[in-house]
Amino acid sequence: MGFLRRHPRAVPYLLIAPGLAWLAVLFVVPLYYLVTTSLQSGDIYQGFALTWQWSNYSEMLSEYRPQLLRSVQYAAIATIAALLIAYPMVYFIARRGGQWKSLLLVLLVAPFFVTYLIRTIAWQTILADEGLVVGVLRDVGILADDGRLLATSFAVVAGITYNYFPFMALPLYVALEQLDGRLLEASSDLYANPVKSFLRVTLPISLPGVFAGTLTTFIPAMGDFVNAQLLGTPKQYMIGNVIQSKFLVIVDYPLASAGAVILMVLILVGVTLYARALGTERLTG
Amino acid sequence: MRGARRFAGHHLLTLVALLGFIYILAPIAVIALFSFNDPAGKYNYTWQGFTTQYWQNPFDIPALRDALITSIQIALLASIIATVLGTLIALALVRHAFRGRGSTNLLIFLPMSTPEIVMGASLLALFLNLGVATGFATILLAHVVFCIAFCVVTVKARLVGFDRRLEEAAMDLGANELRTFLRVTLPLILPGVAAAALLSFALSVDDFVITNFTHGTVVTFPLFIWGAARVGVPVQVNVIGTLIFLVAVGIMAIGVLVSTIRARRDRAIAARADEAAAHPA
Repeated sequence: MGFLRRHPRAVPYLLIAPGLAWLAVLFVVPLYYLVTTSLQSGDIYQGFALTWQWSNYSEMLSEYRPQLLRSVQYAAIATIAALLIAYPMVYFIARRGGQWKSLLLVLLVAPFFVTYLIRTIAWQTILADEGLVVGVLRDVGILADDGRLLATSFAVVAGITYNYFPFMALPLYVALEQLDGRLLEASSDLYANPVKSFLRVTLPISLPGVFAGTLTTFIPAMGDFVNAQLLGTPKQYMIGNVIQSKFLVIVDYPLASAGAVILMVLILVGVTLYARALGTERLTG
Repeated sequence: MRGARRFAGHHLLTLVALLGFIYILAPIAVIALFSFNDPAGKYNYTWQGFTTQYWQNPFDIPALRDALITSIQIALLASIIATVLGTLIALALVRHAFRGRGSTNLLIFLPMSTPEIVMGASLLALFLNLGVATGFATILLAHVVFCIAFCVVTVKARLVGFDRRLEEAAMDLGANELRTFLRVTLPLILPGVAAAALLSFALSVDDFVITNFTHGTVVTFPLFIWGAARVGVPVQVNVIGTLIFLVAVGIMAIGVLVSTIRARRDRAIAARADEAAAHPA
């Protein structure tokens, strides 16, 4: 206590030290090892050594280009789908929830506390060939008589959309909650129709939430492999499946690490471009 | 015409929101429904018949029980460590202006915006290169990493609206820093700290991807399900999934109720104070 009173400026550093040390050793240092591992060569029997094997990257980029592109594509579609589903729900809760607002929010979030894998397996049941959804869709002719949902890209994208839903819904809710109803009244008094009011008042106010929600959904969706594995087939595999199996099944650490570094760089570049395009200063300022 | 359109718009929104809730809750309904199923073979995918047999002893598969116990142990330890570390960082970030604040914020933000598979792969790269055997300890080390950031954000939100005059009052009355922290600061930020701990617990218990890279031969609850997914998931997993949902709803509903009652009480006190000010005795 005496030391702290004599050196008040040391206080914040003492407060952050343990937590930041943990993150430095177990988040920053591992990223360094990921990069060095990605430049190693060798195999599990002879051991791996750093030989600046840049070909790991070219091999990853050429051989697994389809999986890489598929990750971007699936993650983008799932993010847009989640936005389209979450926006009206969250708008409803924020504007019409009244005294039920908090309880509706609980209902919105609670399903996602159930273990991720159990939820995904539930989607297997829902989309199964002998399940209710496929049966109805076959009866009304949307699906052919031998048409399937499970083991298609639809199932994988649907699974990703569902599993990362709260990452979209919660930032959107925070943004829409701040919308002052009087602004909409004013807009309507000034003869704007509901569509115009939405486009000129609601949407601009909610844009920071849209920005945050799309990012927090897209990033984990890009790295996902569980949905492709449980709801798809190898034809739907994403870059996450490649990294996972190279690391843990085939035990080719350097190639797997190269894949992880590529994924990380791709996301960093994508996020930066996206932030530029949407103009974060305008959004956050 | 405009009125009719507005009426349609009003109800369209309600309908769309309702469909949204059905979509969100459908898998949970399926999980709950199939916890009462009596499957013929190993696979619990089609409805065979009603039974409550799996609800009577949901923990009677030894491997499943062990995995659950391991998950709960890790989640308890990880949430305690992450909550303490995260609360300290949040205190520094909200209370103090110091050099390096920006980089601290960045270091908190980065793990949240890194895909889990990259975090898992890099941790395994670290453990492999340093020759650390993976197991219970490495899972715990990894879980704290992704929990810290969420703890910082949660506690920060609570600290921002904090009235510092309360602490000054305590100090004026002769309490030292430690006593002030324990008797004034901590009780006031406790809801934020508790929320951070609960969130960490939930994140840790649910984590599959990072655990998959750091577990060695230790099996957690999600890893058990992953293994079982190939050979048929036992019905008991559905029972436990349903229980998790009920507990989550219960805890959050209690939280909502408590804060509603508090807000009502605070309003009543404020109204009485206003009245007293308007009509001094």
